[in-house]
Formats: sequence, structure tokens, C-alpha cells
Amino acid sequence: MPTFAHFFETLLESYPVFFEGLWLTIRVTFVSVLIAVFIGLFFALFKISQSKILNWIANVYIAVIRGTPLIVQIFIFYFGLTEFNIPKFWAASIGLALHNGAYIAEIFRGSIQSIDKGQMEAGRSLGMSHTLAMRRIILPQAFRRALPPLGNQFIIGLKDSSLAAFIALPELFSVATTQGARTFDEMTYLLIVAVYYLVLVLIFTLLVNLLEKRLSASD
Amino acid sequence: MVEKSEMIRVEKLNKSFGDLHVLKDIDLEVNESDVVVLIGASGSGKSTLLRCMNFLEIKNSGNVIIEGETIDPEKNDLNKVRQRVGMVFQHFNLFPHKSVLENVIEAPLTVKKTKRAQAEKEGKELLAKVGLGDKANVYPNKLSGGQKQRVAIARALAMKPDIMLFDEPTSALDPELVGEVLSTMKELAKEGMTMVVVTHEMGFAREVGDWVVYMHDGKIVEKGHPKELFSEPKEQRTQDFLSSIL
Repeated sequence: MPTFAHFFETLLESYPVFFEGLWLTIRVTFVSVLIAVFIGLFFALFKISQSKILNWIANVYIAVIRGTPLIVQIFIFYFGLTEFNIPKFWAASIGLALHNGAYIAEIFRGSIQSIDKGQMEAGRSLGMSHTLAMRRIILPQAFRRALPPLGNQFIIGLKDSSLAAFIALPELFSVATTQGARTFDEMTYLLIVAVYYLVLVLIFTLLVNLLEKRLSASD
Repeated sequence: MVEKSEMIRVEKLNKSFGDLHVLKDIDLEVNESDVVVLIGASGSGKSTLLRCMNFLEIKNSGNVIIEGETIDPEKNDLNKVRQRVGMVFQHFNLFPHKSVLENVIEAPLTVKKTKRAQAEKEGKELLAKVGLGDKANVYPNKLSGGQKQRVAIARALAMKPDIMLFDEPTSALDPELVGEVLSTMKELAKEGMTMVVVTHEMGFAREVGDWVVYMHDGKIVEKGHPKELFSEPKEQRTQDFLSSIL
């Protein structure tokens, strides 16, 4: 075990290389979760649709994505689909987006179905079409209700982005392994990267809580 | 007497939920400016009948004719039909993420494409009319049940419907709040609005109703003017029902 003084010293000295990895981790996470929210919304609407075909498509997508490891999905985009020559950043982002999209689809489906059916009836009784009432009445309420589990999924996505180290994307975790291998001081760098992730997660938890409070003020 | 035009006609209407036959060969007509009050025990089908009139429930057989037009749910644009038939619900169903005024102007803005300034002006007038002119920017969770229901009435009126349906509008209210909603409805009746009201408020039925319709077990047992129906019901079942609640 490294001494605390050594750990602390290395933490302070190593920040330039870690900050580069940190920035990449944040970018991959935001890009992938943003895409995942759109994917999730579409598949949630597929799942609650009257159309059996759309239900089936959504069910297959969710079953396949949830039934296979994320690392396999990321490898398929980077090592599998070589003919497309997908850059590392995008292979990781698309893999994470498709993966989180399946979970977010279930989050949205649950929150949409949790809205009282009187809301849709009120909209329809005023002459709104199903689509219009969904867009103007149901989804804004469902989105608010989905916020806590979405925040949770964001944090899972943030931590899962460390898997991109295995396609040699120089994000946060890969900085730690590279530095550890270079200096033979693995434990110190692993502890440092753990601190980075922990602080990131705590900051995002705080932001999500603040956002929730602001949104619930009008409820 | 001037012949009033027919607003709603229901012919041989049948509706089932699975094995449960809720409406059995219902015939009913509602003329212009009529206030028709549907009474009966819960489960008698009165709410279902009301919901068939704006197609929130779709009949199994029979006809629903709105202002002379036989509505085929497969062919007619129900969104257009519903703009003519407003509805007020037992549980208000206000949009909690929108302010009172936004609730009222939502459908005029998005369905009728009314200009915002115009919609807001009319919305504020309607709110003033139901006695809530000062609540335009408040969110529904800050209102009492009676206030919520009056906003719901204003919201339905904002589409300028020809007919208003009320589905037990006071059943979810604390007793002391029932009066304010009933007096708003009374005002509306006085202005000549055609209204179909499902309610347990016999005082309202007696005072405001032009017709009272007693339903039992999916059928219309008796229809009459309130004075006659309440004081001299012709059918034994109507007598039994009235004596059980009055």
C-alpha cells in the first residue's frame, strides 16, 4: 500500500494527464446519454404504441441490449464493424448510447404509464389528437417524473464509460492503467482514479437533486 | 312554443365492457338549452352514457347523433366533434404542470390555433366569469377542489362548445365546496348552455334540470320533468331509489 503522503503527492502532481482523460470521459458520457435519451424516448413510445410491430421491435431491442454485456457491444462497434472504421470516441459513445437507451426506454415507459389516464382524457375531450396530448400534456409530466431514475442512469453511464479503456480510448480509467503500468505504482493510480470518479458522481448527484427541486417547485 | 333544435340524440345505444353489458338499448334526446340530469345508483351506466356522447367510450351498437350528424368513430374526425362537446370530470383532471390560465388556453392555442393574445384575453374573461380572475398565474396544486373544478369548467368553455357534459362534477369535493361549483353551473344553464349532468345532487336536479333521467342497470327507467319525477315517480324502482337517497 502507498503511504498517504505518497498518494496525495501523486494526486496533486498527476492532474495534467488525468484532466485530459477526465475531459474525454465527460464528453463520452454527455454525448452517449444525450443520444440515449432520444433512443429511449422513441422505444418507450414504441412500447406503449397500439402497433404490435412497434411493440415487438422495442421488446427485441431491449431484450438484446439488456441480455448482452456492454463490453461486447462496444467491441462490436470498434473491432467488429471494422469496414466502417468507426473512431474510438464514436464506437464507445454509440455503444454506450444504445446500451443506456434500452434502460432509459424502460424508465420513460414507466413514467409515461404512471401519469393518470384522466390527463389524456382531459386532453382528448378538448379536441386534442392523441399525439398532441402526448406531446403537450403527458410527456412534460412524465419527463419530470423520470428525472430521478434518469439521473441514476446518467451516473451508471458515467462509470460504464470506463469500459472504453478496452478499445484504448484515453479516457479517465485508461490514464490510470497507463500511468500505473509505466511507474509500476498501480495501486496509487487506481486509488487516484477512484477519487476522480467518486467526486464526479457526487457532483452530478448534487446537480440532479438541484434540478429536481427546481422542477418540483411548480408541482 | 318555438321548436328547439336537437343537440344530441342517442338511439338504441349498447355498450359492453367484456362480458359486462353496461348500456342496454338506450334512447335519449337532448335539445338546445336543455339541462338533462342523469341520476341513478353507481354502476347504473350513467357515466358510461355520458362518455359515449363525446366518444371517450365507443358504443358497440346504436347511434350517437350530435347536432343532426350521425357520428361514425371510424370515419368522423372525433377531435373535431369533441371541440363541440365539452366535458368536466369528477377528478377535474387539470394539467398540473401548467398554470390556471395556461390550462384554459392550452386547447385554443394548440387545437384551434388561436393567437396567444386573443386566447389569453378570452381565457381571463372566462376565469373572471367563474370567479377566479385573480388566480390566472397560480398552479392547480394551490387551489381548493371547488376552485379546480371551476377552472376545469372554464377550460372546457374556452373551446366554445355547443354542449357541456358534466361527469359527477361535485362528487370529489368537500361538502362546503359543492355550492360554488353548482352555482357556476347554474349560471351556465341560465345563459342557455345545453348541458348533460351526471350527479347525485338532487337539489341541483330539481332546481336547474329541465329533464331528469333515472337510470338503473344500464337502462333508462324513467324520464320526466323534475317536479313530476321527484314528487310523483311513475315507476316503482324510481320511487325506491328516491326514497333511499332523499
